[in-house]
Amino acid sequence: MRSRFDTERILLALAAPTLAVLVAALLSSVALLVAGHSPLSTFQSMASFGVDSGSIVQILNKSITYYLSGLAVAIGFRMNLFNIGVDGQYRIAAFFAAVAGGAVALPAPLHVLLIILVAAVVGALWAAIAGVLKVTRGVSEVISTIMLNFIAGGIVAYLLNPDRLAVRQGSQLINTHPLRQSGWFPGIPLPGGEVYGFIVVAALCGVGYTVLLNRTRFGYDLRATGLSETAAVASGVDVRRMVVRTMLISGGVAGLVGLPTLLGESHSYGQDFPLGYGFTGIAIALLGRNNPIGIGLGALLWSFLEQSSQILDLEGVPKEIVTIMQGVTVLSVVIAYELVRRFSLVQQQRRVGAELGTAAPTGDEVPA
Amino acid sequence: MTTTSPGPVVSEPAAAPAPVPGRRLRLSLPVVLLGLAGALVLVSLIRLVTGADDITSSGTTGAALRLAVPIGLAGLGGLWAERAGVVNIGLEGMMILGTWFGAWGAFQFGAWWGVLTGVLGGALGGLLHALATVTFGVDHIVSGVAINILGAGMTRYLSALVFEGTPGGGVTQSPSLPPIGTVTVPGLSPWLHTVERKGWFAVSDVAGVLGGLVTQVSLFTLLAIALIPLSWWALWRTKFGLRVRSCGENPHAAESLGVPVYRMKYLAVVISGGCAGLGGAFLSEVATNIYREGQTNGRGFIGLAAMIFGNWRPGGLAAGAGLFGYADALQLRSGGESVHALLLLLVVLLAGVAVWNFLRGRRVAAVVTLVFAALVLLWFLGTDRVPDEFVGFAPHITTLLVLSLAAQRLRMPAADGRPYRRGEA
Amino acid sequence: MSTPAAGSVPVATDAPAVELHGITKRFPGVVANRDIDIVVQPGTVHAIVGENGAGKSTLMKILYGMQRPDEGRISVNGEPVSFSSPADAISAGIGMVHQHFMLADNFTVLENVVLGAEPGRLGVLDFAAARRRIREISAAYGLDIRPERMVEDLGVGDRQRVEILKVLYRGARILILDEPTAVLVPQEVDELFGNLRELKAEGLTVLFISHKLDEVLAVADEITVIRRGTTVATVRPADVTARRLAELMVGSDLPSPETRESTVRDEVVLAVEGVTVRAEDGRTLIADVSLTIHSGEVLGIAGVEGNGQAELVEAIMGLRPAESGRVLLSGRDLTGMHTRPRRTAGIGFIPEDRTRQGLLLEATLWENRILGHQTEPPNVSGIWIDRAGARRDCERIVEEYDVRTPNIEVAASALSGGNQQKLIVGREMSSRLSLLVAAHPTRGVDVGAQAAIWDHLRAARAEGLAVLLISADLDELIGLSDSIKVILRGRLVADADPKTVTPEELGSAMTGAGDHRGGPEPSDVDEATADWPASAADGASVGSVGPAGSVGPVGPVGPAGPAAGGAVDEPADPLGGRHREPGGGT
Repeated sequence: MRSRFDTERILLALAAPTLAVLVAALLSSVALLVAGHSPLSTFQSMASFGVDSGSIVQILNKSITYYLSGLAVAIGFRMNLFNIGVDGQYRIAAFFAAVAGGAVALPAPLHVLLIILVAAVVGALWAAIAGVLKVTRGVSEVISTIMLNFIAGGIVAYLLNPDRLAVRQGSQLINTHPLRQSGWFPGIPLPGGEVYGFIVVAALCGVGYTVLLNRTRFGYDLRATGLSETAAVASGVDVRRMVVRTMLISGGVAGLVGLPTLLGESHSYGQDFPLGYGFTGIAIALLGRNNPIGIGLGALLWSFLEQSSQILDLEGVPKEIVTIMQGVTVLSVVIAYELVRRFSLVQQQRRVGAELGTAAPTGDEVPA
Repeated sequence: MTTTSPGPVVSEPAAAPAPVPGRRLRLSLPVVLLGLAGALVLVSLIRLVTGADDITSSGTTGAALRLAVPIGLAGLGGLWAERAGVVNIGLEGMMILGTWFGAWGAFQFGAWWGVLTGVLGGALGGLLHALATVTFGVDHIVSGVAINILGAGMTRYLSALVFEGTPGGGVTQSPSLPPIGTVTVPGLSPWLHTVERKGWFAVSDVAGVLGGLVTQVSLFTLLAIALIPLSWWALWRTKFGLRVRSCGENPHAAESLGVPVYRMKYLAVVISGGCAGLGGAFLSEVATNIYREGQTNGRGFIGLAAMIFGNWRPGGLAAGAGLFGYADALQLRSGGESVHALLLLLVVLLAGVAVWNFLRGRRVAAVVTLVFAALVLLWFLGTDRVPDEFVGFAPHITTLLVLSLAAQRLRMPAADGRPYRRGEA
Repeated sequence: MSTPAAGSVPVATDAPAVELHGITKRFPGVVANRDIDIVVQPGTVHAIVGENGAGKSTLMKILYGMQRPDEGRISVNGEPVSFSSPADAISAGIGMVHQHFMLADNFTVLENVVLGAEPGRLGVLDFAAARRRIREISAAYGLDIRPERMVEDLGVGDRQRVEILKVLYRGARILILDEPTAVLVPQEVDELFGNLRELKAEGLTVLFISHKLDEVLAVADEITVIRRGTTVATVRPADVTARRLAELMVGSDLPSPETRESTVRDEVVLAVEGVTVRAEDGRTLIADVSLTIHSGEVLGIAGVEGNGQAELVEAIMGLRPAESGRVLLSGRDLTGMHTRPRRTAGIGFIPEDRTRQGLLLEATLWENRILGHQTEPPNVSGIWIDRAGARRDCERIVEEYDVRTPNIEVAASALSGGNQQKLIVGREMSSRLSLLVAAHPTRGVDVGAQAAIWDHLRAARAEGLAVLLISADLDELIGLSDSIKVILRGRLVADADPKTVTPEELGSAMTGAGDHRGGPEPSDVDEATADWPASAADGASVGSVGPAGSVGPVGPVGPAGPAAGGAVDEPADPLGGRHREPGGGT
C-alpha cells in the first residue's frame, strides 16, 4: 500500500520539471527559428561543449553558488516568505567577510572559519531587517528585501573605496585587502580543472536544510506555518518569532553564496564581484520545488545552460537564447507544479473514496 | 426556565459599551490642501536654514515630475491588477518589456509608435501573468517573479537580435531614439522662474515648484498624468470598473451575480501590464533617449510601494509617486547637498511621528522613533553632504521608510492575492 | 392563496414554477445528489429540509447555475432549461439568497445590489437611476434599505435584506433562500416571514431551505425532505408533525448523548475571572466573563454564533489577548502566556474550524498527528521529531477512533469531514490533559461518528477531564453537559440545569427574547446587533428549537465549513494571508 503511494509520488514529482523543460526547449526552438538558426544544431553544440571536461568543472563550480542561493530562498519559501533579498545579502556579507578576512592572519582552518562566520552573520542580520519590519510594521518582505538590495549595493559601493575599507591594486582595480593563503579554501583537482572545495560546505548545507526542516521541531513549525498559518497559530506557533528566525537562517545561508567565489577564486571583494546570484536562486528554488535534491539538479541544469551557451557565440547564435530558456523553464515549471499538485489531490480523494467504498453519500458534508 | 443561581433569569442585555469604531481620517479636499500648505512651509524653512536651494527649484520639480511618471505608471499598473484581486510583482518585468519594445517601436517607426509598442510589450507580460495566475492558479508572487526573470531574458535576446549592428546599439542598449515633443506654458513659465530666483520665503518655493510643472513638460507626461483621473473614473464610475473591483473584494459574490470573474481578471491584469509597459516606454523614450539594460532599476517595485502608500487609490498613488519621484530627482541632480538638507526634514518628520506615538500611548514606538530622529540629526550635523553612493539609494530607503510608517493603516482590496477558482464558494 | 396584487405579472398556474427530475451530482469520492425529484408550484413557499451534509446546498447550486448536474432535467415555468452559469439562472427569473452572504464589505449597498446588472448607457454607471430603483423596491416590499450605506456597517438582518433586494432588483420571480433564519432573532424572523408572505402575494415563488422545523411548519405550503442526497418525501405541513419530519430527515433512531451520573469532582481545573476582550477598534467582544470548571465536569456554553464564544475560546487558548481578567489552570495563572505553553500545560483544543485551525490539509495524517503537540512525546524527543513514534501513534488513533482511511500517508484533505474530526478528537485526547476546549466538536460529522465522539468525551469525563463545550446543537449541549451557561453579546447572561431545561427555553435565552420583562425592545435589538460583528455570525444556526426536547436530536447544525465572511475580529495576520507555500515542497 505504501509503496504504491511512493512510486506515484515520485512520478508526479518528476513529471512537472520534465514537462517544463520540454516546453522550454520547444519555445526556445521557436525563438531560434525566428532568428534563422537551427534549433537542433544549437542544442547539439551546447550539449557537446557542455560535457567537455573543462566545462564540467565550470559547471560544478557555478552550481555550488546557485545551490546555496536556491537553498537560502527555499528556506523562506517553505514558510511562505519571499526572501528576494538574497542578492543584497550575499554581497554585503561577502564584502564584510572579505574585509575581516583580509585584516587578520590566522592558521588556515580558523581563518576560513572566521570568514564563513562573518559572512553568515552579516547576511543573517541584513535579512533580519526585513523580517523585523514585517513583524513590527507590517511591511511586505517582498518589497522591503528588494529595497534592501539596493541599499546594500550602495553601502558596499561606498565602502569599497581606498579611503575606507579597500585598497587599490594597480591603477584600475579596487578591492578589499586580498586574503592570505591561509584564507583560501583548497580545491579538488579533477581532469578538467579545480573544483571549489566549498562544494563540501554546500553539500553540508543541503543536508542541514533537510534535517532542519524534516526532523526538528523548529522545522515542523516552519513547514506548518507555510502550509496553513491559521492551523500553525492554533497549534501554538509564535508566528512573529518564526518569521524573524526564518529570515535569519535564510539570510545566513544567503551570506554564504558569495563565498565559493571569494574563497576559491577571487580571494578579495572587488568591483567586479559577480552580481545577480540572488535572483538565480529564486528561479532554482522554484525549479527544485524547495527540495534539496531538486535544487541541486536545478542548479546543475542552470549552470549547464549558462556554460554551454558560451560556445554559441562562436556559432553566431546569440547566447542570450539561454536566458529565454531559463525564463520559460521557470514559468512553465511553476505552472506544471500547480497542475500536478491539483491533480494529485483529486486523485487522492478519489482513491480514498473508492477504497472506503463511499460511492454513496454517508451524510458527511461534501466538498464545494 | 430553571437556573442554578438565584436572581433574574435573563440579565439585561449588555448595553453596547464600545465606542463607535474609529473612522479613518477622511482625506477630504480641505485636509489635503492644509497638508500641502504645511509641507510647503516646512520645506521652505529647511531651504532657508540649510541653503540647499535645489530642494524646491524648478529644475528639481521638473525632474521629479519626469521621474515620478514611470513610478506612477507602474503603480497604476499595480492598482489595476490588485483591484481585481491579483498581486502583480511582475511589474518590473513588464516595465522592462515596455522599455525594450518602446525603444524598438520608436527606432523602427517613430516616437509615438514606440509608445504604442511599449504598451503592447507590457501587456504581453500581463497576459502571461494572467494566464499563470488566473487560469492555472499559480501563486501570484511566484508568477510575478518568474515574469521578471523572463522579461529580463527576453529583452536581452531580442537586443542581441535587433540592436546589434545598429549605430550605438548592442546587446545592452539600443541606438538613439527620436524624441517626443514637450510643452512649455508661455508667459507663465518665465515669470515663475523670475519669482523663483528672488529667493523669497515660501513664495519663491511655490514659484519653483510650479515652474517645474509648466516648463518643458513632455507630451508623454501629460498623457501619463491624464491616466490617473481616467483610471479613477473607469474604476469607480463605470460598470466595467465596478465589476473589476468586485473581483478584488468578493469574487464569489461577483460570480454569483453573473460577472465573468476570470475574464475581468484577465482584462485587468493585461491593462496592468500595459500601464507598466507605458512606464517603461517613458523611461526609454523620455527620461533618457535609449533603451539600456537595467534601466528600470527597481521602479516597478517602487511603483508598488506608491500604490500601497496611496491606499490603492489613484489619487494617493499619484501622491506617492510624486514623493518617490522627488527623492529620485534630488539624488540625480544635486546629490549630496540636497539629500543632506532632506535629512533635516526627516528629523522633523520623525520627531513629529514620535510625538504622535507618544500622544497615542505607544511609548515604546515613540522612544524608538525619537532615537532614530536623534541619530539622523547627529548625522546631519556631523556631515556636509551625503556621499554619492548613499544618495543612489535615496528613493529606495524612502520607500522603506514610508512603508514602515504607513503600512498598517491601510486597507487593500479584500480578496487581493487570494487564489480564486470558479464554483468554490 | 391570495390573489395576485394588481399590476403584478400573471403566472401560468398550471405549469409548476420549478421542476427537478432525476438530478444526480458526483464529486471525487462522493455522490452529493442522487435522483432528486422536486416539483414546486408557483406562488407558494416550498421548504426543503434535511440534515447538514444531506446535499441541499449542492442542489441549490445546481438550480442556480453554479454547478451542472451529471444527470437529470430541470424545468422552469414548464420550459426545460440548462444553466451554465448564474447569469442563465438569473435570466430565467431565479434569484438566490445565500446562506453565507455574498456581499463585498467595502462596497455600498447600491454597488452590491447593481453589480452585474448596472443601469446606465455606454458603460457609464447611472447612479441616480440605481438609487431610485432600489428605493422603489425597498418601499414596495418593506425592506427599509438605504442605498448609500457601506455594507460593513450593516447588521445581519439588514444584510439579509440587501441580499433579498439584490434578487428582486433583477426581476426574480423564483427566490431561493438558503438557511435564511440562521442568524436572526425572533422579531427579525417574523419580519422575514412577513416579507415572504408579501412576495407570495405578488405571485413570486419561494424555495426555503432550512432545518428549523418549527419555522418550516409555520411558513411553508409544502415541504420536501432530503436525506443522504436523495428526496425522501414531499408533505404538506397540515399532514405532518415536527416529530415525523425529524424522523424523515434522520432516518433512524439516534442515540442521545444523555449522561446521567455526575462525575464532577471538587478540584477546580479552569477558572476564568472577569475576562474582557476588545477588538482592535475598541469594540467589546466579551465583557467581564467568569466561570469555573471542575475536574470531571462538562460546562456547555450555549449561544447564537457570533456572541463571543469564539473570542472566549481564543482568550482561553491564548490566541487573543485579554484586556483584563485572569485565566487559571489548576491554580496556575496563564494570563499573558502564549498558546504553546498553555497547550503544554495540559489544555487540549478541538477548534471550531477544522480545516483552517485543526489540520494541515496538504500534510499526511501522521504529520497532522503532531500538530498542536509539537512539544511532547510520542511525537517529539528533545528538539527532534520522532517520525516513527508519530506514525505509530497515528495508527493507534486511526484504530481507536475509527478513522476511515486507507493508510496514514494520505493527505488530510482526502478524508471526509467526519473522519477528519475523529482524527482531531483522537489526537487531542491522546495527550495528558486536564482541560479540553471543544468548539462544535461534532459539526459536520455523520451520525455514527458523532455518537463515537460523545462516547469518548463521556469516558474522558469519567476519568476526571474538565471540558469546555461550545456547541450550536442544543441537544448535544443538554445531553453532554453537567452545567450550561448562556452567552449573549459577550456576557454570560444565564445559567441552566441540563437535567430540567428544554431546548425552547435555552433558545429563548440565547436570543435574549425569552423574558419580556427584561427583554429588549425591537428597535434596541437592531441597534445592538448593528454594532455586532455581523460577518462572523451568518451561516450558523441557533439550534434545533423544534420538537419538544426529549425527542432525538435533529442532527448537527451549522455549516461544515468555516464561519463565513470577512472575520472582522481576526487577529492581525503576520504572513499577509498567503495560503500556500510557493513552489510546493516535500
